[in-house]
Amino acid sequence: MSIQGKKVTLHDMSLRDGMHAKRHQISLDEMVNIATGLDEAGMPLIEVTHGDGLGGASLNYGFPAHTDEEYLSAVIPKMKNAKVSALLLPGIGTVEHLKMAKDLGVSTIRVATHCTEADVSEQHIGMAAKMEMDTVGFLMMAHMVSAEKVLEQAKLMENYGANCIYCTDSAGYMLPEEVKQKIGLLRAELNPNTELGFHGHHNLGMGVANSIAAVEAGANRIDGSVAGLGAGAGNTPLEVFVAVLDRMNADHGIDLYKIMDVAEDLVVPMMDHPIRLDRDALTLGYAGVYSSFLLFAKRAEATYGIQARDLLVELGRRGTVGGQEDMIEDLALTMAKEKGLI
Amino acid sequence: MSKKLKAAIIGPGNIGTDLLMKMMRSDWIEPVWMVGIDPESEGLKRAQEFGIKVSTTGVDGLVPHVLEDDIRVAFDATSAYVHAENSRKLNELGVIMIDLTPAAIGPFCVPPVNLADHAKNLEMNVNMVTCGGQATIPMVAAVSRVQEVEYGEIVATVSSRSVGPGTRQNIDEFTRTTSGAVEKVGGAKKGKAIIIINPAEPPLMMRDTIHCQTTDTPDQAAITESVQQMVKEVQKYVPGYKLVNGPVFDGNKVSVFMEVEGLGDFLPKYAGNLDIMTAAGLRTAEMFAEEAEAGSIELPAR
Repeated sequence: MSIQGKKVTLHDMSLRDGMHAKRHQISLDEMVNIATGLDEAGMPLIEVTHGDGLGGASLNYGFPAHTDEEYLSAVIPKMKNAKVSALLLPGIGTVEHLKMAKDLGVSTIRVATHCTEADVSEQHIGMAAKMEMDTVGFLMMAHMVSAEKVLEQAKLMENYGANCIYCTDSAGYMLPEEVKQKIGLLRAELNPNTELGFHGHHNLGMGVANSIAAVEAGANRIDGSVAGLGAGAGNTPLEVFVAVLDRMNADHGIDLYKIMDVAEDLVVPMMDHPIRLDRDALTLGYAGVYSSFLLFAKRAEATYGIQARDLLVELGRRGTVGGQEDMIEDLALTMAKEKGLI
Repeated sequence: MSKKLKAAIIGPGNIGTDLLMKMMRSDWIEPVWMVGIDPESEGLKRAQEFGIKVSTTGVDGLVPHVLEDDIRVAFDATSAYVHAENSRKLNELGVIMIDLTPAAIGPFCVPPVNLADHAKNLEMNVNMVTCGGQATIPMVAAVSRVQEVEYGEIVATVSSRSVGPGTRQNIDEFTRTTSGAVEKVGGAKKGKAIIIINPAEPPLMMRDTIHCQTTDTPDQAAITESVQQMVKEVQKYVPGYKLVNGPVFDGNKVSVFMEVEGLGDFLPKYAGNLDIMTAAGLRTAEMFAEEAEAGSIELPAR
């Protein structure tokens, strides 16, 4: 299917999802430099918060180098054209965090729930819509349920006031056919004015292909991350995606060379480890596990001597969802006891 | 004269019915009234079958009978919106109110931590915090009674089936109330609460992780001993309260991993989050009854 001339709005994740890969330790200077580079390359939307969203600062997910307030206050005033978004997971962040973000100049709020639990987002989506923010409902781990279930939950968020709905492949498990089916059903059944988005992870190497499938099926917002900096094997690498959109003559509004340079000159040198499909990241995609579990599982392996791969497969079997990082150490302790290692 | 205190339950839903079933086994509390607003409600019918008097016109239907039936304690399992009125009407008549809603107009009560104080002071309205609070605050307190806790954080993971529409519509109330009680009752200087809802089938048992950051190097032996003691205290009213792993020490961080299995009275066993609320509510009323029997408190004169 041709997407020639189709307008695609790109949304950079390197300063939010990338926080997972950096254990939330990105410095203020790094944030500002990368955001400025992206702004100059024509990136319309840039997400900035703790990896687990507003209020994510915790022992459970990791304390960041700076608070959400500090990051947002540093980045937003420096933007010439780009808008800044913030993620919020009900159960972690609250309406107070949302108001703080709005006061600091955040224009887009993305309220994220597990793909079956949209009804916990009513107060946050309602408040954001009331404050006339660009309000996105973000259905995570969407591979775990049918397209019909995603639609049912998307309709709840649409009713609460979301003007855009995301089908989110948090585990990087989906293949292009599934993306097409899910986005296609949302496009057919939601309000025609409701925008659709896709957020991919590259754990099976499908980030770019899945994002193209999403655009073909009717999505107009695509998340990705410059140099792929994100949880697991990273997000859809934006500079690659831009080149592909270019080849397909889609309308993306990004300067390819400039975004390549941000990736190569600013983001890659900052990485703590290469963002690549190692066996553990591959296991996330293969077993359908939340991408930010990766580094926690590696740490548990180092501490308790249980292979990260074994931990991730078992967490997938148990049906864990986003936010259950505490189960990783718990499971590692239990498995280490069973093996007589502790 | 019977030493049992006579009780009313307001709200014949899942929580109210589970509470009724536990109460029928109690040596200290006798259920007499179940209060609802819908004559057709399953919960009221069930209560009637158990031989309990029912009001179908809310607390107003109970009020004229409070003195003649000598109702001394009431459990409110309705919603925060109506709790204040319910409490006012019944407190006026000398009825002690156990608040299972998030209204929290009275002090927080987590039985093994501060119930004894509330009973001695004859607090006429006590609030049972949240399910996550009941499951985790005893562990925060177990650490903070050994040494100063700079920061306490709890993560409650509950099955999707056990989270009702009220909690879902106002999930911020859970995080706000629980983090407040981690400080006020748990004794952490700063508190944080996170709730995760998991839809897996079969439903997962309630899981709780408690992290405490101590100000000074943790006294591992003393904290381990204190945590194990506290687990035993909670097990007195929630037998399925289980220490799965920990305490684990990492620098000044102390982590404890819990699982809460319910008794399976009316609510399913996996809903340990709801069971620990009803069990804690009942335990609270029992303590008031025990103190009254021992003569250490004087119930309002009638």
